[in-house]
Amino acid sequence: MKAKITFKGGIHPPENKDLCGELSIKDFPPPGIAVLPLQQSLGSPSEPVVKKGDKVKKGTLIARSKGYISANLHSSISGEVIDIKKAPHPLLGEANAVIIKSDNRDEPEKDYSTEDVSAAGLSSGEILGLIQNAGIVGLGGATFPAHVKLNPPPDKPVKTLIINGAECEPYLASDHSLMLNNAEQILKGAVMIKKILNAEKCLIAIEENKKDAVSLFRQKLNSLKDIAGLEVLPLNVKYPQGAEKQLIYTLTGKEVPSGGLPMDISVLVHNIGTVFAIYEAVFLKKPLFERVITVSGKGIKNPANWRVRIGTPFKTLINHSGVTDRTIKKLIMGGPMMGLAQYTDEVPVVKATSGILLLTSEEAAAFEHLPCIRCGKCVTACPMGLMPAEISKMVEKGRIDMAKSIGLMDCMECGSCNYICPSGTNLLQYIKLGKYEYMRSKNAKR
Amino acid sequence: MLKDKHLTVTVSPHIKTALTTEKMMWIVSCALVPAAGAGIYFFGFHAALVITVCVVSSLLTEFLCTLLMKKPATIKDGSAFLTGLLLALCLPPELPLWMCALGGFFSIAVTKFAFGGLGYNIFNPALAGRAFLMGAFAKEMTTWKTLQVFPDGITAATPLNLLKEQGYDSLMKVFDSHSHLFRELFIGRVGGSIGETSAGLLIIGGLILLFARIITWHIPVSYIFTVMVISYFTGGVFGIPFHLFSGGLVLGAFFMATDPVTSPITPKGQIIFGIGCGILTMLIRIRGGYPEGVCYAILLMNSVTPLIERYSKTKIFGVKR
Repeated sequence: MKAKITFKGGIHPPENKDLCGELSIKDFPPPGIAVLPLQQSLGSPSEPVVKKGDKVKKGTLIARSKGYISANLHSSISGEVIDIKKAPHPLLGEANAVIIKSDNRDEPEKDYSTEDVSAAGLSSGEILGLIQNAGIVGLGGATFPAHVKLNPPPDKPVKTLIINGAECEPYLASDHSLMLNNAEQILKGAVMIKKILNAEKCLIAIEENKKDAVSLFRQKLNSLKDIAGLEVLPLNVKYPQGAEKQLIYTLTGKEVPSGGLPMDISVLVHNIGTVFAIYEAVFLKKPLFERVITVSGKGIKNPANWRVRIGTPFKTLINHSGVTDRTIKKLIMGGPMMGLAQYTDEVPVVKATSGILLLTSEEAAAFEHLPCIRCGKCVTACPMGLMPAEISKMVEKGRIDMAKSIGLMDCMECGSCNYICPSGTNLLQYIKLGKYEYMRSKNAKR
Repeated sequence: MLKDKHLTVTVSPHIKTALTTEKMMWIVSCALVPAAGAGIYFFGFHAALVITVCVVSSLLTEFLCTLLMKKPATIKDGSAFLTGLLLALCLPPELPLWMCALGGFFSIAVTKFAFGGLGYNIFNPALAGRAFLMGAFAKEMTTWKTLQVFPDGITAATPLNLLKEQGYDSLMKVFDSHSHLFRELFIGRVGGSIGETSAGLLIIGGLILLFARIITWHIPVSYIFTVMVISYFTGGVFGIPFHLFSGGLVLGAFFMATDPVTSPITPKGQIIFGIGCGILTMLIRIRGGYPEGVCYAILLMNSVTPLIERYSKTKIFGVKR
């Protein structure tokens, strides 16, 4: 079976996923120095529980969640806390971080390699506790703390759990490689989540360009027990197929209401990487201190998928992968459509890092901002049914109120409009500015 | 290792499509080449001169306007070239060249730059240029080079003219049979403007635009369909191919009405726009004073484009109607 419908709009950028070649996951050596920013999730930053000079091991809790929407943070290497200070942050520019110097022993807090088979019998509360302790956040990029997402209010029960394996961003292949290498563990994690939520069914959604992953998951589903209600659904290859609202619409035909959450229509979406992290937390009692990322782009000599420790500086990964002698233009965290351009390679891998791209001047587009010719391509491409050119022009003229009235705040910043615009107009830049201005004036009125 | 490299920091996305405005303009111009070639072939050397003068005058005006208005030079972006070419294609093949030059000047300077340049004009520059020439030089603009051998000295040229002024019987006297008339219309061996004669070649050009994703189906299909429906009810089975292939309908529906700047931005708005163009075209052809209505129909619809847009907003995902 395949997803029958598709969402409106979307684009087909060149995939460039084959740069990585084989889809094995290589283990990246632990870094000499790990930079662990306290802000690793949406919500409040965590609060350090270690101080300068403390000895830590791999997996030691170094900062505790503070507030409801916040997540624990663990050391990713063994060594000594040498400082807690401001350091470059890939999302925030600069933020407080725990700096750990490695003792090169890579000693774990406990053994993380043996599977605890009794975990399958744990209660929902116990499982949630394990997930919370492990500091798991949404690894698709939104970094919403998983234990909060998995604990919806009682009046909003989740009937359908969707495991998002779309990975629609060009270049990135980390989820794909994870699906091929850890299919069984991901399924176990999915079963666990389905149990916590008491969901009726669990749909594993994978874009059709990953046929091997689709057939592997189907094969595993046939051979595993206790998988009632699980189903693998291939999706059309189209960006942004993996965007939460578009994914839900494709699979269920239902629209998440504007300004609402998936649980408003009894759905919950988790990314493949998050599901795997939940498996590790529950069955291996392993906190989230490493993740799989893609290091790619035509500026990288040996693109690959790495299992890398959180806190590894980008430059360590880039040096290890080698830089080609082409003209480097941009360093991106994430994919080329929604990723964030970095001003320095000193920034560390955080929980939100799905990839590091070094783009050459021929790959990274130059946006000229020529006059809009009103071709309407942005309107056709917008998966949210917006009129990006109109919204952007209103923001440009300072009419945030008008922009708001035609859906400014519904934009999810997928960048499809900006990609397709023949004038090279920076539509998304204006839309983001408009959203920022709107929130600022709203907060000022309070 | 990246120390010595300059990293560019911008908002996402970091990649973009290869289809730029410039490429779009040149693809449209190329799609018009077959029809323009046929015009020169059927009407002779003077048609080539008309095309050349229109294009050169448009380009020159564009250059002077950007210079005077201290705007970045946009002469390369292909839009002025395309305007000149489109203007030439809707002019009579024998039009005096100085009038052609004036038309090109009007299209660019008055219709386009007086409103702010590329992207800001309300009216289709080429059609506005034609309308200006029509108003200024009505006689020369309706003097058609005759291609047919007329048995009894009929001098009216275009088939639409013939039908309007002398009736169906005269038209049939010239062309003998329906099938002969339709064949001539499709190939382009009839009187008319340089580019609007060969319906077949124009359709090929239109299909190129559709496949290259320069235009969408909304305007041409709704426009042509509306014309077909009205012509069926007014002219029966004869009316459909006659109105479809004669005059500037195919050129207008694929190349003029689809001008992105002057047509609605939303798909729904584009369909309304196309239907409006169709109704007005047929109204002018059947009831109006002119034999042909494509030019004024599109210009009139251009003027209501903002209004159409206001009432044809897209449906926002997750918002109930």
